[in-house]
Amino acid sequence: MPKLTIDGREVTVEGGLNLIQAAERLGIEVPHYCYHPGLSISGNCRMCLVEIEKMPKLQIACNTKVTDGMVVYTKTPKVKAAQEAVLEFLLINHPIDCPICDQAGECKLQDYYMDYGAYKSRFPLEAKVRKRKVVDLGPHVVLDQERCILCARCTRFLDEVTKTSELGIFSRGDHCYIDLFPGKRLDNPYSANVVDVCPVGALTNKDFRFKARVWYLEKTESICTRCANGCNIDIYHRRGEVFRFRPRYNPHVNQYWMCDEGRLWYKELQRESRLTRPLVRGTSGLVPVTWDQALSRIAEQVTQANPADGSIVMAGIVGAKATNEEAYLCARLLTSQTVAGVVAGLSWSPPGAFADDFLIKADKNPNTRGLQALGLLNGEASVDSILKAAAEGSVKVLVVFAADLVTALGREVVERALGDVQVVVFDTDYSGITEYADCVLPIATVAETDGTFTNYAGRVQRVRQAFPPPGEAKPGWEALSRLHAKLGGAHYLSAAEVFAELAKTVPAFAGLTYGNLGSHGAQFTGLAQEEERASA
Amino acid sequence: MAEKVLLRHLDVPQIHRLAVYLAHGGYEAARKALTTLTPEEVTEQVKASNLRGRGGAGFVAGMKWSFLPKDSTKPVYLCCNADESEPGTFKDRAIIEWNTHTLLEGVLITAYAIKCHTAYIYIRGEFAFGARRLQEAIAEAYKAGLLGKNIFGTGFDLDVYVHRGAGAYICGEETGLIESLEGKRAYPRIKPPFPATYGLFGCPTIVNNVETLACVPSIIKNGPEWFKSIGPESSPGPKIYCVSGHVEKPGLYELPMGMPLRTVIYDYAGGIRGGKKLKAVMPGGSSFPVLTPNEIDVHMDFDSMRKINAFLGTAGIIVMDEDTCMVRALEIIDRFYHHESCGQCSPCREGTGWLHKLLVRLEEGNGRAEDIDLIDRIATNMMGNTVCVLADAAAMPTQSFLSKFRDEFVAHVTLGRCPLKKDGEGRRQAA
Repeated sequence: MPKLTIDGREVTVEGGLNLIQAAERLGIEVPHYCYHPGLSISGNCRMCLVEIEKMPKLQIACNTKVTDGMVVYTKTPKVKAAQEAVLEFLLINHPIDCPICDQAGECKLQDYYMDYGAYKSRFPLEAKVRKRKVVDLGPHVVLDQERCILCARCTRFLDEVTKTSELGIFSRGDHCYIDLFPGKRLDNPYSANVVDVCPVGALTNKDFRFKARVWYLEKTESICTRCANGCNIDIYHRRGEVFRFRPRYNPHVNQYWMCDEGRLWYKELQRESRLTRPLVRGTSGLVPVTWDQALSRIAEQVTQANPADGSIVMAGIVGAKATNEEAYLCARLLTSQTVAGVVAGLSWSPPGAFADDFLIKADKNPNTRGLQALGLLNGEASVDSILKAAAEGSVKVLVVFAADLVTALGREVVERALGDVQVVVFDTDYSGITEYADCVLPIATVAETDGTFTNYAGRVQRVRQAFPPPGEAKPGWEALSRLHAKLGGAHYLSAAEVFAELAKTVPAFAGLTYGNLGSHGAQFTGLAQEEERASA
Repeated sequence: MAEKVLLRHLDVPQIHRLAVYLAHGGYEAARKALTTLTPEEVTEQVKASNLRGRGGAGFVAGMKWSFLPKDSTKPVYLCCNADESEPGTFKDRAIIEWNTHTLLEGVLITAYAIKCHTAYIYIRGEFAFGARRLQEAIAEAYKAGLLGKNIFGTGFDLDVYVHRGAGAYICGEETGLIESLEGKRAYPRIKPPFPATYGLFGCPTIVNNVETLACVPSIIKNGPEWFKSIGPESSPGPKIYCVSGHVEKPGLYELPMGMPLRTVIYDYAGGIRGGKKLKAVMPGGSSFPVLTPNEIDVHMDFDSMRKINAFLGTAGIIVMDEDTCMVRALEIIDRFYHHESCGQCSPCREGTGWLHKLLVRLEEGNGRAEDIDLIDRIATNMMGNTVCVLADAAAMPTQSFLSKFRDEFVAHVTLGRCPLKKDGEGRRQAA
């Protein structure tokens, strides 16, 4: 491994790293615009110039690989002069319209100007090159050509990652501009990633622009639940409202990217149809009650229906949108000693759902693999057997957790099966199944709860509570825990506690803890056993 | 020099025709190379001749060829850089249009030396006539078995293609040329890797200037010693000097390398037009520092020029007489670089435009005293910090104009107008 010296400090790094990456290991920032770790080297911005011993000219750090014995300086007067010069060049034709620019607060021109520039303007405003503003590129992205610094990150993303090449650089010199190639629209399924890679305010997201100043937003690590891929994201939110999702780097899952559909999935978390209070069915439909009233009613139904002969009277269906913790608790609830019941998982996706060979999976559930590992998709009971039993009258209480049976199975099937059954629905929103509910318990969305999902490849990844659920809604694990306690079972105090028990009892999760899942999650440790069992 | 090597059409009319060329010993050097020498021996002879690249950089051609990887299994390409676009330079054009087979013979011998079977001649788009001439000459050569399969019965194959550029100065930068040839935007590549290891379509590639390749047949024919006997030993050989501007007889002059600049201007080009006084000379195209009258005793070869902090460049000698406004001259030069910067690197993209705007302002009489130092500062900030040398090519003349003719720039500021402009002369608009 090469050992080199940067700003007088020695560091040993693996070969093949460039100087920006090597400096990062020492906590030294080498400013850059065009360099992006997920794209090829372009070397055009010239912001990352550094001084290297035995080299007469400054070198760009992004294109310089570490070598043993290399001596690098990132803060000499020569380097500082070059950085200041590059910033000045980049800003002379920039409109400096920060007050109306959405990038303000996360703009590398602003950041680096404060860190490396901070000179007085020597360029008259009226002499700036004028270019097009508000160029509509596609369904998600708007371009301001004047703000663009021509770093070519967006064109490289479209050439190298999506390989769709909608954007190009046209004209020459300071009249260069980014634009669509004739006849093209920036409408590939990953188009909005160009907004993330844009280091300035040239490319903005139609959905997010003018919604919020980024410095007012909080950021919470999470997982996209749009499909089984489990792309890592950051949720940007404020006062219980989500403003955007952005992809978060995970080398094992999504690198730096996410799809447009997943990016806009945050809207599903805050629809009008959100459930915020427990409801029970009265004579005039569903009426609000307290949690205690609702849970007592369920307990009563279960106790009344629970005959001494031990036949199945309570059943549960868990959607693959539930976290591992929620699915585990459902199973625990229904198969505990106090309740003789059965449980099955439901992983339903619309037929013909879009998928590709990159990030988008046809399975539109975030936790199908988790349910599999918990034995809910391949166990003794199935959704069909439960509904059959219900139709035959041997199920008295059916718990439906985050699974809209009406959308998945059709109204006819549901109607036939659930005629005489007391249906208890745990969900975030009103849906087809809430119409059949005797009791509805409002639970938290993915942004409002702690938990884990297992993606299609068996990677267990954490979501974190960004803010509390609205109204009286509770995280699913907590709602289930309360019901569990009401029925005489254990009461869990946190999702972590649930997970700890789960990891102890379910082989696939063996050895995993919230601690060792970290930011990037972890592969099923018991994957081998799980697969063995599945194939047996 | 009695017999011309590069501008033979001046001695032999119609030498662009294969029959005439053959009648005057044409393709004998190629026959000699292909039938009696190994590729390595050809490379050795060219290296021994110390032929230095005529595109402006002056790199030893044989040395460049020897940088090709020995163990590569990929095809090797030869690109003839015929994208002659340097201001004040028009030597390659004369070779292409009137000594077409000299160039093709050079291409053939070089291709043989570097074991290349596909050569591209990347010709400036505006050279429509030259492209046609080349195409005709290539057709003649194919017909005569001088190109194509099994040349001279040696089993050596070579195909030559003419590719016309679409009008950008940057396509003359060797990696910009390669990108353009690949069908892409001519953004120069970061070096290393150099074309010899990673060039056209990712394969080992040699890019040589037209005049360089046109020298090759004479080296093979007469031997490296003969070549080295012409001009100074460190940069020998025949050289075409392009003289333009305020001289009595502008034009091309084929003379030995290392001629004193004064001799070229006064003895060959007839001195300054109308008996006026010389004010300035750009000796190597517009991309290098300007010289003052007391610097013109310099010898025109790569090394002598470097000693006075000048460059031979393309030997495109632009002569300016005493009536020339140096601010206006520099404004025109920087307008060119502003127009031709490819826009890839921030310092060049933004710097060339900024320089030009400041110079327009100065020339119009609206400049400020601090603009002069600002121009110098911008040029310093551009220099050496970009992927290719276009930024340097703009910065070097700019800084030399400022340092050698500073009084004129100051006069524009203090007078609020161009001191050489008569009243009522129209002002130009900013680009």
